Amino acid sequence: MGQGFRRMATIVRKEWLHIIRDPRTLALVIVMPVLMLILLGYAVANDVEDLPLAVADLSRTDASRTLLEKFSASGFYLVTHVAQSEDEILAMLDAGTVKAGIYIPEDFGRNISTGGVGTIQFYIDGSNPTVAQTAQLAAETVSQATSQQILIQRLERSGAGLTISLPIDTHILYLYNPDMRRMNFMIPGLVAVILQVQTLLLTAFAIVREREQGTFEQLIVTPVRSWELILGKILPFVLVAFLNVAMTVGAGAFLFGVKVAGSIALLAGLSLVFLLSSLGLGVLISTISRTQMQAMYMASFIMIPSFILAGLLFPRENMPWLAYYSGYLLPVTYFLEVVRGIILKGADFFVLWNWIWPMAVFSIVVFFASVMMFHKRL
Amino acid sequence: MTFVIEAKKLSKHYPSQRENYLALDSVDLEVAPGQLYGLVGPDGAGKTTLLRILSTVMEPTSGSAQLAGFDVMKQSEDVRALLGYMPQAFSLYPDLSVMENLKFFADINGVPAREQKKRIDELLAFARLTEFTTRRSENLSGGMRKKLALACALIHEPKILLLDEPTTGVDPVSRRELWHLLAKVIQQGVTVLVSTPYMDEAERCSTVSVINQGRMLITGAPIELEKQMPFQIVEVKARPRYTLRAVADQTDGVLSWRAVGDRLRLSVDNPNAVMPRIDDELKKAGAQISILREARILMEDVFIYLVEKQKEQA
Repeated sequence: MGQGFRRMATIVRKEWLHIIRDPRTLALVIVMPVLMLILLGYAVANDVEDLPLAVADLSRTDASRTLLEKFSASGFYLVTHVAQSEDEILAMLDAGTVKAGIYIPEDFGRNISTGGVGTIQFYIDGSNPTVAQTAQLAAETVSQATSQQILIQRLERSGAGLTISLPIDTHILYLYNPDMRRMNFMIPGLVAVILQVQTLLLTAFAIVREREQGTFEQLIVTPVRSWELILGKILPFVLVAFLNVAMTVGAGAFLFGVKVAGSIALLAGLSLVFLLSSLGLGVLISTISRTQMQAMYMASFIMIPSFILAGLLFPRENMPWLAYYSGYLLPVTYFLEVVRGIILKGADFFVLWNWIWPMAVFSIVVFFASVMMFHKRL
Repeated sequence: MTFVIEAKKLSKHYPSQRENYLALDSVDLEVAPGQLYGLVGPDGAGKTTLLRILSTVMEPTSGSAQLAGFDVMKQSEDVRALLGYMPQAFSLYPDLSVMENLKFFADINGVPAREQKKRIDELLAFARLTEFTTRRSENLSGGMRKKLALACALIHEPKILLLDEPTTGVDPVSRRELWHLLAKVIQQGVTVLVSTPYMDEAERCSTVSVINQGRMLITGAPIELEKQMPFQIVEVKARPRYTLRAVADQTDGVLSWRAVGDRLRLSVDNPNAVMPRIDDELKKAGAQISILREARILMEDVFIYLVEKQKEQA
């Protein structure tokens, strides 16, 4: 055991030398997660607000002005252009100067004041579905609210001294992410991405590089055992992964105000358990690839489906059943629930137990199976 | 006599190869203690495959091998403890310095810390690398890399040393230096098995096996092998050369010939009978003879003869 530990420590020392001898890669490894965080945080913020809106109000009545005020007040739209016809609005949408347009026909105000139906035409640029959906929802909400108001006014005017109120009043309260901020959803996801991608790639490369360089052949004839070799190779990367997670969580708290609601120790401990599965997959990839190029492609082959199916970028609830249940075959799916639980809800170990145990079982099985498959032979 | 290295009917078939083609075809090998044993053969003969199997790096398809009585497949860790192996390709860490490479292999092989400094200093002096300890191994010359690899393979004082083409791609001066180093290693009682594609190097070995297309063709001391050949060598230099070639082709008793530099080496059954005939024919054809004499059989002649014979039999 003492001998084995010494050999493992020797491998760790050597891996450190490789890491610090290649400062460019080290810098990229450290900077990448923070860069991803900043990009996701600032560049891809497609929360819908102040969409440029073109307005063609041919009615020019109280009713039409009220409606337009409501649109402006909603915060979703900003009236940037005034048009005189439908064609003009369409031209602006074509040119991309506005993302939406309202055409209010001449008879709109007259129809409403005579108790009829005022029709308006709303245009939405559907090229970005996320923006379009939100825009549509906002447009419908604003129109309905305005209709209700008009309806109430009509009824109040007709009935003597009648006070009308809507029968259902829904209060919605968002728990855990009260401002519906995207970063609250993204940062826990990013922790999972880092642990999965960085560790898997770094582990696979560290081992495959030995094969590619031919140094593996020399290592085989030394007394180092497979276990000592693998542990020695992955320990430095466990440290790197933890550094990365700490930086991401730290940057999330300071730059985006996403504080960890739960226990940091629990987060670290469960990250370590999940890390086993990434390390294991890295070892597995290194066992079946001969070159770093092969390893790279093999890794993408595992990583891309896991991001999509685990619900990292898109919610799993909307997936077709096959995709939904495939997610349960990936340790990262469980880990994502765990991280979101700890960071956003402040959930403790017992609350998360239903996610923790499958993750632990998966990770341990993947890790041990991969290490067993690793052979100290060419 | 017990052998330090003993292989029986070793065969290796690579999955990428055709069905009935073998990289090694039931090869037997016996190396006595303290020998400098040469494995000679052209590229693709199976030298690397054989050495990889013996060094536990690769498993044979069939057959067995023992090093110092330990089975290379079942007792690989015991074999590794007393084995030094230097693969054909440079296999040290390019981004580590000379000293870091030596230190790494000392640690990983369990050389006790208190002995390391002495051992490393010895090997650095032995390989004449003392001045280059801080240089990264990727920045060493070809010859220096080989010497460093040899030093790393010797760091734990192995009983058996397997070297796969240690002199390939190395300049002639470094080649000589490496062979001197091997001679020193032998003096310390280490058994050395070395492969080489260079026939002239085979003459430096105490025993030589010639291997081609996965088969062992012959084994013995170089002098013995030369004696076993059913021919002798006559060396001729004459002008014009095409006349010399024509004469060599037509004269009775010339089994084959090959050009070496500016002369021809003729394999003949009986030099005393053939030489006067050649002399005669050349003079008749009006050629100028500058050399016509008997020469020693070289490993190269042995090798060419064996390979030709193998081709005829196939």
